[in-house]
Amino acid sequence: MMTLLVLLVIALGIIAVTQMARVYEITSKLRGKREEEISPADNRMNARFMWIFCVIYYAFFFWLLYAYGDKLLPVSASKHGMVLDDLMTLNWVILFIMFFFTNTLLFYFSGKYYFKKDRVAKWYPHNNKLELAWTIAPALFLAVIVITGLKAWQEITAVAPPGTPEVELYGKQFDWTCRYPGKDGQLGATDFRLINDNNPLGIVTTASIAARLAELQTEKDATEKSIEAGYDHLPADALTKLEHHLGKVSRMMDRIVNLRTMMEQDIAANKEASKYAAGSDDIVIKEFHLPVNEEVNLTLRSRDIIHSAFLPHFRAQMNLVPGQGTVLKMTPTITTDSMRDIMANPEFNYILMCNKTRRQPLQHADGPGDREEERIRRMGGRDQQEALRRCTSGGGTACRWHSGIGQYRTER
Amino acid sequence: MTMGAHAHAAHADHGAAHHEHHHHEESFISKYVFSQDHKMISKQFLVTAIVMAVVAVMMSIFFRLQLAWPGEGFAITNFFLGDKWAPNGVLDSNMYLGLVTIHGTIMVFFVLTGGLSGTFANLLIPFQVGARDMASGFLNMLSYWFFLVSSVLMIASLFVEGGPASAGWTVYPPLSALPQAIPGSGTGMTLWLCSMAVFIVSALLGGLNYVVTVLNMRTKGMKMTRLPLTVWALLITAVLGILSFPVLLSAALLLLMDRGLGTSFYLSEIHIGGEALDNMGGSPILFQHLFWFLGHPEVYIVLLPALGITSEVIATNSRKPIFGYRAMIGSILAIGFLSFIVWGHHMFVTGMNPFLGSVFVVTTLLIAIPSAVKVFNYITTLWKGNIVMTPAMLFSIGLVATFIAGGLTGIILADSALDIPVHDTYFVVAHFHIVMGMSAIFGMFAGIYHWFPRMYGKMMNTRMGYVHFWVTFICAFGVFFPMHFIGLAGAPRRYYDYTAFPMFDNVIDLNVVVTLFAITGALAQIIFIYNFFYSVFRGPAAVQNPWRSNTLEWTSPVKHMHGNWPGKIPEVYRWPYDYSKPGKAEDFVPQNVPHTDGEEESHG
Repeated sequence: MMTLLVLLVIALGIIAVTQMARVYEITSKLRGKREEEISPADNRMNARFMWIFCVIYYAFFFWLLYAYGDKLLPVSASKHGMVLDDLMTLNWVILFIMFFFTNTLLFYFSGKYYFKKDRVAKWYPHNNKLELAWTIAPALFLAVIVITGLKAWQEITAVAPPGTPEVELYGKQFDWTCRYPGKDGQLGATDFRLINDNNPLGIVTTASIAARLAELQTEKDATEKSIEAGYDHLPADALTKLEHHLGKVSRMMDRIVNLRTMMEQDIAANKEASKYAAGSDDIVIKEFHLPVNEEVNLTLRSRDIIHSAFLPHFRAQMNLVPGQGTVLKMTPTITTDSMRDIMANPEFNYILMCNKTRRQPLQHADGPGDREEERIRRMGGRDQQEALRRCTSGGGTACRWHSGIGQYRTER
Repeated sequence: MTMGAHAHAAHADHGAAHHEHHHHEESFISKYVFSQDHKMISKQFLVTAIVMAVVAVMMSIFFRLQLAWPGEGFAITNFFLGDKWAPNGVLDSNMYLGLVTIHGTIMVFFVLTGGLSGTFANLLIPFQVGARDMASGFLNMLSYWFFLVSSVLMIASLFVEGGPASAGWTVYPPLSALPQAIPGSGTGMTLWLCSMAVFIVSALLGGLNYVVTVLNMRTKGMKMTRLPLTVWALLITAVLGILSFPVLLSAALLLLMDRGLGTSFYLSEIHIGGEALDNMGGSPILFQHLFWFLGHPEVYIVLLPALGITSEVIATNSRKPIFGYRAMIGSILAIGFLSFIVWGHHMFVTGMNPFLGSVFVVTTLLIAIPSAVKVFNYITTLWKGNIVMTPAMLFSIGLVATFIAGGLTGIILADSALDIPVHDTYFVVAHFHIVMGMSAIFGMFAGIYHWFPRMYGKMMNTRMGYVHFWVTFICAFGVFFPMHFIGLAGAPRRYYDYTAFPMFDNVIDLNVVVTLFAITGALAQIIFIYNFFYSVFRGPAAVQNPWRSNTLEWTSPVKHMHGNWPGKIPEVYRWPYDYSKPGKAEDFVPQNVPHTDGEEESHG
């Protein structure tokens, strides 16, 4: 009923506008006025509107700044984020100057120089000096923006020095998983063909290869059996499907066998340092913790489609691209607890979002607890894995996380 | 004592060669359906684009309702989308993505590329260069028909089982390649790709025609430096399209192959739907490079015609020459060239080599210079003008305002470091809607109001034009200004519902503001559509040169005729911007009027 009423009002409103316009048109016709002749009154009215609009425009802008300027993201919780925030401020200052300068001229002239019969427009086809001036002036502003921007960009994207702690963020539809290197401080090699329920990240170890091969062998046998059993009575397309599946399973087995050979050779050559030997002690958890005041290298991997790891409070973002790893380097500077104080919000948690998501992500509830800033400090450096292990074995409630983990959730 | 007198004088000179081929009666089919006349094709493009725009705007209202009042049912959503996609009027989350995707696709390609270039290149190029028609009327007709077929395919994709393509208008694989990833990557995606392939054929046929016509068919005296800026803009637009659309075609074809033929151009090491795929060695990033190699020039394919139209409308209605005519041409050329070497700024966070990123930062920010030149030149043209406030003029001024607002935020996004925290947030959505969406649509409206008398021989209602402009203008900022703040708070684009995130609670009420403005703005378009169609049939008859303009299209008789001019094509003696030239009785001197004794030729 309400909807109907609203629709009715809208329809009537439009009819009213059109009818008013029609009445105007008919009276114009009676007076012999033509549509292309803009009356002095109309010119003046629109010119005044230009000025009024400009005032409202600026007022709206300042109101937004006033009402929402401090409700955006809080202070940056990472080292490079502080640089970015300052840079952002510098850019906004430059842009606001440009914004008000050009808009004021635009609306002022539009409102001032409306048509008057006795006036003649100024003949002013060009002026080289002026044109040069407003080619160079923006160029200078832009030089500042480019130079400061690129300097920050280079620092942010510089390769992390060797020995920087690594954490893997793994994205798939529709959740995140985290992987920490074990005692060896090195993340093990992975292969997407090894993924199964027990090995969701496809970590390469002797055991995982053996398990996966056994699994595939079972599947192969079952498929062969189905083909044999159904050879006489199954429809041709069902048989073709089974045969395709068999081919696929066999190919995958071949490749995993190749992988095993490669692993064995690499381990023989590099011993402990081989990335194939590093996987067995990796910690795979659905929680995401980072040490404070220590640079970490997040290596990002996707199982299926392009995701984007977005950590707005850290001003950090990087895509996860299937088939190619990406890296995000940052130094968190504020713990969850401190941020809760800063924001005066005991519920606050950092969030990891997928910026490309097609589904509704959910923030993971952080474990309750008291102030543990000290412990997070200790989580950094060499004690990190130890601390982490204690965290996980303790059910995830004993330690304070530096960062909450975002999680996808399907709709239904 | 206006234009008509000059035109008559011109015609009288060439009165002898009068009878050519405009006496035979054309059948309904050849006149309205399979027309090869540029004027009719231009109208066909325009009306098709209006229909497509109505669809796209309605889609945006449905998802704006969801964003403002998540989870609430709306009878209108249910009425249009049915129980499957909007049970109880609540928009389905998959359909939400479908609507976002198709809204973007239709607006960018079908309204602002096909509609804007198709309409105005067809209408204005032959008229303004002084040609009887396009170089090839037949290819021109094909261009429209391919456009129509692609439009029908795109609309048809809304009705297939899994819903329309829903991977965003950029259709990044693997999401768009794998039906396992999202229902919209099924038949809907195939139709999307087919539609785009056909669309590209249309764009190429049209573009080649435009370029050839401008280069080869200018009338006597029409030097390149006497071309109206509309023609310059449309010419460069066509060149951009010819150079970049084929790349999108290859991107789409490779994606079709990945989807249907088992190739691995964009796919590698993927485990989805519980199984590892066979595909190895491809790169999803390759698609992004190919896509944005079109995608960025596309922004200027959308924008340049609007800027060209604005140049013409602002000069005419300020009764002043456009300031810095040659600088305007130079900036069109510079923008056109630079638009080809900036595509990487869409990919700063894809893991692209950071050094390559720096290069794209520099090239992208360079574009700001010719853009700034354009803005300053518009403003200087207004300065000490004698501004006639026609609806077209209002929309042109509106374009300059949106171009400023959106252009400035572009500087943030072009800066790779600053892009990191706002990439893929609502900040981006706000930026490109203002700078590309609003500016281009304002240019299109300006063009429609300005050349309506030329197209239909009738006048549109000015008062309705005023209401249309002011409501649209206010709503444009009402929608997209607050959106920047939502983005700066970190809200990702493409999310169906933000209520699950306490961090957005502070700004999320802005979504209601945005939606209310969006609905008002959409309703204002009904006034335009009513005005448009009413005036087509019942509007008062137009005079030959209603805006007292200089360009050649106003020397052709109001009633359309095949070949545009009875008798000889007018000869051109001057540039198109002799407005308020000192020493002249009138405040305009059309291009086909020879110089008087001792008069100096003017140029910008």
